[in-house]
Amino acid sequence: MVNLIWLFMLATGIIVSAFNGHIENVTVSAMKAAELGVEVAIELIGVMSLWLGLMRLAEEAGFIKGIARLFGPAIRRLFPSLKPDSPALGAIIMNLSANILGLGNAATPFGLKAMQELQKENPTPDEASPAMITFLALNTSCITLIPATIIGVRLKANSANPTEIIGTTIVATGCAMSVAMIVDYLIRHRRRK
Amino acid sequence: MRVIAEISRWAIPLLLLFIPVFAYLKNVPVYESFVAGAEEGFKTGVRILPFLIGMLVSIRVFVDSGALEIVSSWLQPLFSVLGLDSNFAAIIPLAIMRPLSGSGALGVATQLINQHGPDSFIGRLASTLQGSTDTTFFVLTVYFGSVGIKKYRYALKLGLLADLVGLIVSVWIVSKTFY
Repeated sequence: MVNLIWLFMLATGIIVSAFNGHIENVTVSAMKAAELGVEVAIELIGVMSLWLGLMRLAEEAGFIKGIARLFGPAIRRLFPSLKPDSPALGAIIMNLSANILGLGNAATPFGLKAMQELQKENPTPDEASPAMITFLALNTSCITLIPATIIGVRLKANSANPTEIIGTTIVATGCAMSVAMIVDYLIRHRRRK
Repeated sequence: MRVIAEISRWAIPLLLLFIPVFAYLKNVPVYESFVAGAEEGFKTGVRILPFLIGMLVSIRVFVDSGALEIVSSWLQPLFSVLGLDSNFAAIIPLAIMRPLSGSGALGVATQLINQHGPDSFIGRLASTLQGSTDTTFFVLTVYFGSVGIKKYRYALKLGLLADLVGLIVSVWIVSKTFY
């Protein structure tokens, strides 16, 4: 499916550009995007290093394990395939907390760390494990309490009440997350039989 | 509301203070451990680089070509079949863009908010949608790429299902709350 979507976007983009008579745009877009990829990765290296350094401290001090023990019981139900004391749980909780607080650039390092830990418990290393899929579904549909960026945009556009969309956002994201978790549970259940 | 905003503001400084102090009290060699952990940041960054570039190139070529408008116009009849106002159609480009690219979606949302007004139906819907769904496609490729997973199994379908539910509920709750 990923291969198909990737090819679809690329091919459609090129064909539409050709029909519009702006085929040279494809060249510029492709080169610019490749450069942007490097920029994003380099920026990420800085933030990643900072958080992974901090994460190591938290791990060695037993802080991550403590968090996992504190919040683990609630989260663990969603990850029945993980070991009860799995170090992935701590990273997953840190990632979700950062997401909920809207700390995007702290969330990614914790998330990638969680993926590393999940991969250690993955019996099929080139295939996604059920725990990884649950984690990613949770991660992408997770609630953000304050959608700060969009509030900023509304403020600039002279909204009478920039924050009035917080309630609707929480309802929408809450429903999306619940449906994702239920469907995920059903899929896992069916496959195990 | 105020409280949550304050928590967001204080969270990182407090973590930066609390974790090293806590580790020091637990006899962890704080600086050395920090550096050892930070080293992983570089490796991870290099590992996800090809996935970032591959995705960004494909997404950018698609978006810059104007294909988004064409795909949106294909989907428009679907809305009238569902008995929805043609007003809703303005949201389609954002709904397609949202799973692909964070900055791209923010651009589309900003444009919609400015064009229709932040307190119009489309403005409120765009704001809600922007906050309630994520760049699913992008997150999946980068996260899976970082650990060398090639087969996503049902991960993408599940993520996109969540986005679709987010879209439908957004339309419903915005109509319900404000009109």
